[in-house]
Amino acid sequence: MRNHTAALHPERAPLGNIVIVGAGHAGTQLAASLREEGFPGPVTLISREADAPYHKPPLSKSFMKDSGAPLQPLKGERFFHDHGIELRLGAEVTGIDRAARQVILSDGTRLPYGRLVLATGASARRLTIPGAGQGGVFHLRTAGDARAMRSALSGHGRVVVIGGGFIGLEAAAMLRARGHGVEVVELAPRLLGRAVSATTAMAVADDLARQGIVVRCRAGLDRLLGNGAVSGVRLEDGTELPADMVVVGIGAAPDDGLARQCGLACEGGIVTDGMLATADPFVFAIGDCAAFPQAQLNARTRVESVQNATDQARALARTLTGRPAAYDAVPWFWSDIGALKLQIAGLAPGSDEDIPVLSATGALRAVWRLAGGRLVAVETLNDPGIHMLARRLLAAGITPDRAAMAAGDKATLKSALDAVQGALV
Amino acid sequence: MPHITYRDPNGRTHVVEVAVGLTVMEGARDNDIPGILADCGGACACSTCHVYVDPAWVERLPPQGEMEADMLEFACEPDPVRSRLTCQLRVTADMDGLVVTIPAEQA
Repeated sequence: MRNHTAALHPERAPLGNIVIVGAGHAGTQLAASLREEGFPGPVTLISREADAPYHKPPLSKSFMKDSGAPLQPLKGERFFHDHGIELRLGAEVTGIDRAARQVILSDGTRLPYGRLVLATGASARRLTIPGAGQGGVFHLRTAGDARAMRSALSGHGRVVVIGGGFIGLEAAAMLRARGHGVEVVELAPRLLGRAVSATTAMAVADDLARQGIVVRCRAGLDRLLGNGAVSGVRLEDGTELPADMVVVGIGAAPDDGLARQCGLACEGGIVTDGMLATADPFVFAIGDCAAFPQAQLNARTRVESVQNATDQARALARTLTGRPAAYDAVPWFWSDIGALKLQIAGLAPGSDEDIPVLSATGALRAVWRLAGGRLVAVETLNDPGIHMLARRLLAAGITPDRAAMAAGDKATLKSALDAVQGALV
Repeated sequence: MPHITYRDPNGRTHVVEVAVGLTVMEGARDNDIPGILADCGGACACSTCHVYVDPAWVERLPPQGEMEADMLEFACEPDPVRSRLTCQLRVTADMDGLVVTIPAEQA
């Protein structure tokens, strides 16, 4: 009977062992959450990196501050051992045999799985213009990238940052604080692309300018200059920017190679359903690599963030341990750009109205973003209180009245939230 | 090394040594104490490392920073006096004996 049931409803087959490929925020949290949810079976967590699982956001910030700063571990030293999680570091998965339900490691070993979870993450997009292969050009995604860049930081050399996204701007602010001359080169008309409103992007640009960072938008690249070691950046308009170091932050692409290779659907990431399952009921995907139906957008998307990675891991752990839960957490993000704390709750594609909140001194505190009159996202600058409230307002589906939003009065906003939540109880 | 007592949400008490210079959050992480999630890794961005400080210790700790106070006000079930974010509490020698209680829910 059991085999018959398993054939008709493979998702109900006994779990067996769980193999997780990738030990970033998503994979590591999944391993931990499986144990918290009481999963008793074998869990194997495979990482191609040699370092024990670590926090990624500090790589562009505190890790760079001094040459001796350690990685910030996700878990204590004994955690994996104490919870019976087999952590395989420095192990590369080179293939997946879905028919045999085995992953294939680079040394040819075949590792059987009952369920397979792909938490492979995303890789930095590489700069491909002429001269990009020279020394002194750094991408920033992994501990290895960060170590390489850190060991090359010396004196107060000039740095050009290519790309005005979160990682580029965080690196720019950190390098400026270390005393480097820093220019940021961005192809788009403004910083931070579609990640934030024009109002917030402008406030960030003003803050960078106050720190003495030069920002050039609408700046196409021609080539990197130098004879083996980078010496500058030439823009399309012929401008040459001297540089002792170039830091590239031009986004990331999902690591979906293994999924593609074994025939799983990939469209801007590994395609999953709302339960984070692929079309193969024995294979799941979470974190930066997963293209899932996002609840608030009502569309398939990929979200690159610590929150998305950890919350998807928690949702999948519940699903795998018999409490199926569709993933519907409100996304949130943060970026510490020097002393500026930028936080975002929600997702804003399709927003058609922005309501800014200014401080008494005229500084931008927040931007409420609406689509068709409905609150979809909130950006804050150095105002974590509004951010925290925004997360709860979005989760409850509440759009406060415009005057309360524009005033940014937390007490009024909180009472709006309490009124609705009180009524729900 | 200072001893710190964590009361976890399951009612268990953990007395552990935490090196000066680490945060109270890192002490919980390194000793695998449940209930302090610290998703953001100490960036004061998530409020999932919230604890209630023992009343005897409230006045003995460095005061809340502006960001911490702001995050805490809207955290899950904050206490106006006893709530702290452990990622913002850096351990000093005179914190020996600190007692914190971890809430059942974070954020």
